[in-house]
Amino acid sequence: MNYETIIGLEIHAELSTKTKAFCSCKNEFGGEVNTNCCPVCMGYPGALPVLNKKVVEYAVKAGLALNCQISLYSKTDRKNYFYPDLPKAYQISQYDKPLCKNGRIKIELDGQEKNIGITRIHIEEDAGKLIHGTESEDYSLVDFNRGGVPLIEIVSEPDIRSPLEARLYLEKLKGILEYLEISDCKMQEGSLRCDANISIRPVGQKEFGVKTEIKNMNSMKALQRALEYEEERHKKILSEGGTIAHETRRWDESKGITVSMRTKEQAHDYRYFPEPDLVPIILEEAWIEDIRKALPELPDD
Amino acid sequence: MKALDLYSLTLHEIRDKIRSGEICSKEVLDSVYNRIENLDDKIGAYLTLAKDKAYEAAESVDKRIAEGEKLGDLAGIPMAIKDNISTNGIRTTCASKMLENYVPPFDAHVCEKLKAAGAILIGKTNLDEFAMGSSTENSALKTTRNPWDLERVPGGSSGGSAAAVAADEAFFSLGSDTGGSIRQPASLCGVVGFKPTYGAVSRYGLVAYGSSFDQIGPFTKDVEDCAIVLNHLYGHDERDSTSLAVEHGDFTEALNKDIKGMKIGLPKEYFEEGIDPDVKKIVLDGVKILEGLGAHVEEISLPYSKYALPVYYIAASAEASSNLARFDGVRYGYRAKEYDSLEEMYINSRSEGFGDEVKLRIMLGTYTLSSGYYDAYYNKALKVRRLIKQEFEKAFEKYDIIISPTSPTTAFKIGERTDDQLAMYMSDICTVPVNIAGIPAISLPCGFSKGLPVGMQIMSKALGEASIIKAAHAFERNTDFSKKKPTL
Amino acid sequence: MIEKNELQYVASLARLKLREEDEEKVREKFSMVLDYVGMLNELDIEDVEPLISINEVSNVMREDEIRESMSRETLLANAPDKMYGCIKVSKIIE
Repeated sequence: MNYETIIGLEIHAELSTKTKAFCSCKNEFGGEVNTNCCPVCMGYPGALPVLNKKVVEYAVKAGLALNCQISLYSKTDRKNYFYPDLPKAYQISQYDKPLCKNGRIKIELDGQEKNIGITRIHIEEDAGKLIHGTESEDYSLVDFNRGGVPLIEIVSEPDIRSPLEARLYLEKLKGILEYLEISDCKMQEGSLRCDANISIRPVGQKEFGVKTEIKNMNSMKALQRALEYEEERHKKILSEGGTIAHETRRWDESKGITVSMRTKEQAHDYRYFPEPDLVPIILEEAWIEDIRKALPELPDD
Repeated sequence: MKALDLYSLTLHEIRDKIRSGEICSKEVLDSVYNRIENLDDKIGAYLTLAKDKAYEAAESVDKRIAEGEKLGDLAGIPMAIKDNISTNGIRTTCASKMLENYVPPFDAHVCEKLKAAGAILIGKTNLDEFAMGSSTENSALKTTRNPWDLERVPGGSSGGSAAAVAADEAFFSLGSDTGGSIRQPASLCGVVGFKPTYGAVSRYGLVAYGSSFDQIGPFTKDVEDCAIVLNHLYGHDERDSTSLAVEHGDFTEALNKDIKGMKIGLPKEYFEEGIDPDVKKIVLDGVKILEGLGAHVEEISLPYSKYALPVYYIAASAEASSNLARFDGVRYGYRAKEYDSLEEMYINSRSEGFGDEVKLRIMLGTYTLSSGYYDAYYNKALKVRRLIKQEFEKAFEKYDIIISPTSPTTAFKIGERTDDQLAMYMSDICTVPVNIAGIPAISLPCGFSKGLPVGMQIMSKALGEASIIKAAHAFERNTDFSKKKPTL
Repeated sequence: MIEKNELQYVASLARLKLREEDEEKVREKFSMVLDYVGMLNELDIEDVEPLISINEVSNVMREDEIRESMSRETLLANAPDKMYGCIKVSKIIE
């Protein structure tokens, strides 16, 4: 049986602005714990967010470089869930009206050019960092320096057909973001993160197969290896007559396998609703044009 | 006048005496703290007193005056602040076990402004827990009683702030209003209460309940004091993205004005069933006084107002369910002592820290936002909200102000409505539409029914505060309800 | 009347637990309020736009300028449990 692999990637890139997304604390990697924080990014009662203009500018830059339509009207929404690194117990993100939509990125494979679609790009804030105790210790520690750092989330269409293609896509995307100087894209520092959705289907079948989500791939190589492993895992299960479980799995670099994650929250119900503490973002064509004109010449142009 | 009776004066009277050098700020503070010591055991308005800081501030004001500095209207004036407004270094409990020992590391924007103006914080006042309620009975920390009848509620959620002013335990106080929480207690306690246009006063530092409804506003003894305090509260704050960047002018310029030709709308839906007949009569008598002063009164209809309470209970609860999620025992507030896992820590901390009404509204909000129900409830509420807002906007094209009773009844007895959920919610039937539309409104004393205060609500279009103050002051000048005090 | 398990699910989403003796009463109250707010279904509002920004204000943004953060000591002063300059919680297994 010949199978076709379908992959979609979700990338989070930390924007290299001077300050965080919704407060004026320094956006800095590796600072002394909890020293770049304030009542806003620590979710104190009564604190309110104020959007950083640069975040919108950088997101629009990314959107233009990735051939997206820039939304003239967009808004922020709250994504609600409980976790110790999420101070407000909601993340300010964008749900149904993202800043950028319908873009594409060109990759080169075996001398052939291929376009990978980009569904959307939206802005959101990062969570803090959890530092886990050792085996014998029964606690975890939370550092909120990273809480509130601005992110763009770039979602690709499920146009990727192989783990290699996925790597090429990510490498190209990284290159563009670095060239635009909007993110330092250091996977090992976490300023560029990648999650993947992968499924397989018999060649010729129209419906997609059951997909699994893969997390914790911390380098280009890990991305490719993890997807190769997962592709094989899917094939093995199907060829033995089994069914793929629709789940999230984490890549274990040392063991070279993906492992099912204990579902920390069954089917998250994020209860998205428009963020009442922020106002809509209404962009002018002229402003977008100015950004477009100021873009550095990109390799594909 | 006995030095000790200073507490019974109005803000502007005290201001004049301080300015003339007749008295000093410390004396005023002595008078107020004395009053509180003699009385607050019975009233229960205050949760925390800030005596040391208050006397320090009074000393500073007196010194500056002695040195010849010309200070503003609020210099040396003792005030009370509702305990859901952040005060740096002074515990801010929201009347909840969840924050019983929480001390904010920053001042709310309004506190910064009032401090800079020289106003002196007496202490923090009681409220319904997290501002959810209409009687202050939902406070987890204390019971507040209505100064006019100690067996009755002061209203809510800003019951402590209303009672403090009514009992002369403060010259003015701050409350917050999400569905009527300033106006309704003002009505029940016989004082002036004002809810600003949404966005006119910064919410930075106000512990959020319904983010798109909340506004901070003053309780005062008369309309002139109200105008003075509003002058110091209004203004853009860059830390609040919903804060309006408009010039508001001097509200005291709307005092002492002629209201001939002012057009007043009386929406029939606000005078119908559910409104106590005596309250209705008293408010209509009040409207006749305005008519006698030259205003034109016409009956109008606002049919969408009937949907305001459902919109409120869906939308405000939804926002609250999200706003209160940060109270998880992690960074501040109550953390349970017993739990076996992180999840249990969350569940136990929140279940033990929150009272029943808060939990109910959080669950209601969670439900209406949840997958499958968002369109049926929350989204629908947002649509009806637009209809209600548009209906008011249309009415204000023709009318300068709209008048209604503030509360359908006078103060009810403590315990009377605690088991009747909907009856309690109905307390806000006249006030809620105002928050839905984001417009300003005042409640001012307009009479008494069986010895209990009745309030008249005057609404205007967004940023139409001057019209409200004009009409309210005209009414007050021609009556003496504001001068009446409870026997304590 | 909302189903018992549905109410329990909603409570768990909100990280709340109802005392067993309160469950029935809360269920009744909850259902009563839900029925009441269901009044909105009387209206035909297919074509109405939801009101999202009450003030109709837009584009409130700030410059990307660093302001001094709050001291860690002050920020953690209210923490129920802390260690090494961090907030301390139960071990999280990922």
